[in-house]
Amino acid sequence: MSIFSKLMEKPWLAQPEGMDPSLLQPAATYWPARIALRFFLATVTVIFLLFIMTMLGRSQMGDFHALAGEPWLPFDRPVQLWWNTGILLLSSLAMQVGLWLARKDQLQASLLAVMLAVLFVLGFMLAQWYVWQQLALAGFGLTTNPASSYFYLLTAVHLAHLLGGVVALGALLQRYWRQQGSDRIVASLTLCTTYWHYLFGIWLVLFALLTSSAGTIDSLAALCGF
Amino acid sequence: MAIAIIILLLIIGTVIFHFISPWYFTPLASNWSAIDNTVELTFWITGIVFVAVNLFLVYVLFRYRSRPGLKAEYEPENKKLEGWLTLATTIGIAAMLAPGLYVWGQFVKPPDNAIQVEAVGQQWHWSYRFPGEDGVLGKVDTRLVREDNPFGIDPTDPAGQDDILIFSNELVLPLDQPVKMLLRSKDVLHNFTVPQFRVKMDMVPGISSFLWFTPTRTGVFDLMCEELCGIGHYAMRGRVVVKEPDEFKRWLARQVTFAQTQSRSAGDAALGRAQYMVCAACHGPQGEGNEGLHAPRLAGQDLWYLQRQLKNYQHGVRGTTEGDVFGGQMIAMANLVSDEQSMQHLLAYIGSLPEPARAKADGDLRRGQQLYRNCMHCHGEQAEGSFHMNAPRLAGLEPWYLSRQIVYFRDRVRGGHPDDFYGAQMSLLVQSLRSEEDIDDLVAYINSLQPAQLARRD
Amino acid sequence: MTQTAIAEHADEHHPTSFVSKYIWSQDHKVIAIQYSITAIFVGLVALVLSGLMRLQLGFPDQFSFINPESYLQFVTMHGMIMVVYLLTALLLGGFGNYLIPLMIGARDMVFPLLNMLSYWTYLLSVIVLLASFFVPGGPTGAGWTLYPPQAILPGTPGADWGILLMLISLGIFIVAFTMGGLNYVCTILQARTKGMTLMRMPLTIWGIFVATVMGLLAFPALLVSAIMMMMDKVVGTSFFMPAIISMGETLDHTGGSPILFQHLFWFFGHPEVYIVALPAFGIVSDILATHARKNIFGYRMMVWAIVVIGLLSFVVWAHHMYVSGMNPYFGFFFATTTLIIAVPTALKVYNWILTLWKGNIQLTVPMLFAIGFIFTFIHGGLSGLFLGNVVIDLPLSDTYFVVGHFHMVMGLSPILVLYAALYHWFPKVTGRMLHTGLGKIHFWTTLVGAYSVFLPMHYLGILGLPRRYFGMAGTDYIPESAQLLNANITVAAIIVAVVQLVFIVNVIISLRSGQKAPANPWGATTLEWQTPDNPPKHGNWGPEAPVVYRWAYDFSVPGAKDDFIPQNVPNSAVEVTDAAAFAEAGK
Repeated sequence: MSIFSKLMEKPWLAQPEGMDPSLLQPAATYWPARIALRFFLATVTVIFLLFIMTMLGRSQMGDFHALAGEPWLPFDRPVQLWWNTGILLLSSLAMQVGLWLARKDQLQASLLAVMLAVLFVLGFMLAQWYVWQQLALAGFGLTTNPASSYFYLLTAVHLAHLLGGVVALGALLQRYWRQQGSDRIVASLTLCTTYWHYLFGIWLVLFALLTSSAGTIDSLAALCGF
Repeated sequence: MAIAIIILLLIIGTVIFHFISPWYFTPLASNWSAIDNTVELTFWITGIVFVAVNLFLVYVLFRYRSRPGLKAEYEPENKKLEGWLTLATTIGIAAMLAPGLYVWGQFVKPPDNAIQVEAVGQQWHWSYRFPGEDGVLGKVDTRLVREDNPFGIDPTDPAGQDDILIFSNELVLPLDQPVKMLLRSKDVLHNFTVPQFRVKMDMVPGISSFLWFTPTRTGVFDLMCEELCGIGHYAMRGRVVVKEPDEFKRWLARQVTFAQTQSRSAGDAALGRAQYMVCAACHGPQGEGNEGLHAPRLAGQDLWYLQRQLKNYQHGVRGTTEGDVFGGQMIAMANLVSDEQSMQHLLAYIGSLPEPARAKADGDLRRGQQLYRNCMHCHGEQAEGSFHMNAPRLAGLEPWYLSRQIVYFRDRVRGGHPDDFYGAQMSLLVQSLRSEEDIDDLVAYINSLQPAQLARRD
Repeated sequence: MTQTAIAEHADEHHPTSFVSKYIWSQDHKVIAIQYSITAIFVGLVALVLSGLMRLQLGFPDQFSFINPESYLQFVTMHGMIMVVYLLTALLLGGFGNYLIPLMIGARDMVFPLLNMLSYWTYLLSVIVLLASFFVPGGPTGAGWTLYPPQAILPGTPGADWGILLMLISLGIFIVAFTMGGLNYVCTILQARTKGMTLMRMPLTIWGIFVATVMGLLAFPALLVSAIMMMMDKVVGTSFFMPAIISMGETLDHTGGSPILFQHLFWFFGHPEVYIVALPAFGIVSDILATHARKNIFGYRMMVWAIVVIGLLSFVVWAHHMYVSGMNPYFGFFFATTTLIIAVPTALKVYNWILTLWKGNIQLTVPMLFAIGFIFTFIHGGLSGLFLGNVVIDLPLSDTYFVVGHFHMVMGLSPILVLYAALYHWFPKVTGRMLHTGLGKIHFWTTLVGAYSVFLPMHYLGILGLPRRYFGMAGTDYIPESAQLLNANITVAAIIVAVVQLVFIVNVIISLRSGQKAPANPWGATTLEWQTPDNPPKHGNWGPEAPVVYRWAYDFSVPGAKDDFIPQNVPNSAVEVTDAAAFAEAGK
């Protein structure tokens, strides 16, 4: 039943004597953690969306110089960032494999895949740290230019969310140790995997935006009405 | 029962209050009667709704108050009634919104014949700029602001050379001439509001905002900052004077252009020495001051401040208020240096005098420090003064002089003249000193300060 | 896991020790009480601050401990505490926590541990906020809107430590709110008992539900702006900071946009108004229906209005910025959306009054507060039509009209609802009734007193009195009489503030020796009044969770013997005097 038809119900009308049998059935699958994750992802989406909107707004001030678009700019050919993207992709894939394995009840192999995913994420963090260092060395510090400020800020916020994911995954790993039933592991792992893919998607958006040329950023800003 | 009566009384009280309230719009002084009319219309519509809906509430409360045997009706909804109410509300809303948007349409498009005037806000002062004969305001950049270029005008821009600068909180505007005010700020958010003109707009650092109006009657109007801008917010007052066009033209002709401010010659201390002989009789040969003769110390004071005070004496802005006996004595003295050049020589000489020794002052330094927090923002942490804040140096001034001036400001002996903006501001600011003890402690603390850098500002 | 599974295990989790029962409790009712007490405590702090402000405004030059610096600090802390730490926390953390599981027939929140963490995180944010009173420079005095550049520059009180603690505290609060909010949303969506369809939920739950979803989407804007402002302050980036000469010193910032911050702030700030208002709308609907012994009029319209207001409130934010220097053409759009939102809001008001119409109005203390709310909310809503209409905002923005308006609509009105709710549910929470006589004294003085505080403020604003002014002296256009009016407002405000002590005394007396409350003293239909124990015990429902057979507003149903039928009573169990009429009513 769609939300609209639900909202059109007339609740004061009498139900069949005793009880409407359809009401005895649970309305939906009882999985509050998944709903919580969806709402949480909506919240995180708003966070990134607003950061991006402010960046587009800020980009229309004269002192904003995009980090790509000209050969001498640091992200004109962002080789290192492509590597980092690959690492994060591997992490996401490892999570997906871990989930498949867990669903097939191969918990040992699944554990291995999840550990790999964590390793890749940690690797991604180090690699991002390396990018920061390179960027600073190239003369694009935190306060050099709003574009570089946004680069550090957005990547840092993204890393913070990844870190949160690792912590949550830590709790999940405990379940492997305690050898809880695979149902609960699969349930939690499904949510973690969703979160992983989501953050990979966010990274792709950030990657595309932060390595855009001035022209691209300007047209995006124009599109958003700035 | 009581609730019905009390709400009825509140309705009646509100309506009566509305009609007898002496606190209502100030008399309009601009073209924006359309705004007043929109407000009036909105008052009628909302007023009728307010009275009607609340009277119905009172009726319902009275009619359906609980009584033995009363039973509520059962009616889940009434589509028809809700539909009519929605329609009526929408019509009422549209009746208010449509004229509002129409008038706003006028506000966003200044007329073509509007003259441009720039107002610049800073903590906690105003200054203004007219475009000069070419009708174009020169480019500005906040980073170019110096003591000899407080507006930050780009010296390389030819359009800026003839810009007319008003170094005062008072702006004069011509009657019946549309004015487009361009607004900017050097530091934080401010807001340009003249209540009688009805329009207002924030002044935002980094961008230029605008508003427009046509003054429709001559007079003097308070200019208020209405966007919180720090502790001096309430004292950031200016004034707009509307004059006949001829008078306005004469006033404008007396003001300096940017080019003129850039070509002023410096004074010569050697020539100033002779002029200082007259001053020395009271202020002492080294400008060290003399309490017995009520002459404050001059050596070490900011020269821009001394110049402002000399001009104030010359123009009757200071020393003319009842009660300011010693200030009155200065008027004749100040008139001895009435031409610009000799004043520059005199100031140059005073600037060359050595820093005198300090007097002593008793007071609770800790309390004084607390009290000084409100002064610090303008006068500086070490009371070293700041040209940009229009705040003179206080460190080194004798305690007796400081406390006397504070009392003068408090009692409006000083700062009461309509053209003494900075004095009037001080009158507002010393309100936070509530007792003689406060003044003593504050003065003692100021006296204990030793600005590390005693370099002169001129 | 299904509901029955929870029920089977419910008995195993009863906490035993004092600490696990009342301190580290995971019971939603205890957490609700913890939230409420903390919120009311900081609310009292903010009340005292407002009294200090009023003293300065009413009687300038009299109080040596109030100077321009401390005045602005009082203004700022009063505003921020009242809006975020009192209203949001009390309505959602307090009433949301207490009522959601009870009203939808759940045994607890779906994530009790997260719920407990939410409270302790909230407490931490309050402690950090209050700590700013004790750091060098004191709390921030930038106004509750915290606009840069002034919020982080010298010349504003607390520009060093105060503002940082404020931003950190807000960040912590947002974390707390997110934890709590996810819990409320998931509980409402997943833990409703059998038969509790969405459209059978009491309006209180609808209000809390929509407000929480809005909070989850709006608070991020505050978080984003706080992070960026903190970076501007601490590491010297230029997100919001243009080139500035501050106190004669040229700063290193260039190119930033202060208006960008305002957009972010109000993208949070306006929905925040409705985050507070919607739960209040819901609560007042239920209280009016219960005490008028009549079904809420136009239940569906009320639900739709809540949803529509929730949606629209995300596209009206810039009506706070008509005179901010943003592109003036935005004014056309935002004035239109703002006035459109008045339509569903007005419909709610009509429906409240139509609920009373042909009712059987019991003038109990909660009912009095609810009726008082209708009156003040009409006033505040109508004065909002002035400010929302862009061109009228020109003379009135930044004056006392604004202060009067938002105190009427967002201060007084939700507070009256909160009191209505406190008087209404106190018997459920404590098992004792609040004293009616004291309650009436409290109500009459609060309503008449607070109305006479905020009504004249509108007129001072029309006159042109600017807000956030430490002193009004030295203008030509403000007559002497304005000062007299200000003094009168202050006296009224102090009286109102003192009368709030009557409420606290009432609570203390009633807790100790109040009349024992029956299980359902108001004859209410909603589930929280149908618990087997009073006050409800851990797990709420004993062995059997309730099953819902009807909506929450079966009052005075024709043909039924009693004038209310609780939600968990099946038709077969209703005592009927006129079977034909009863059957007719169900069609």
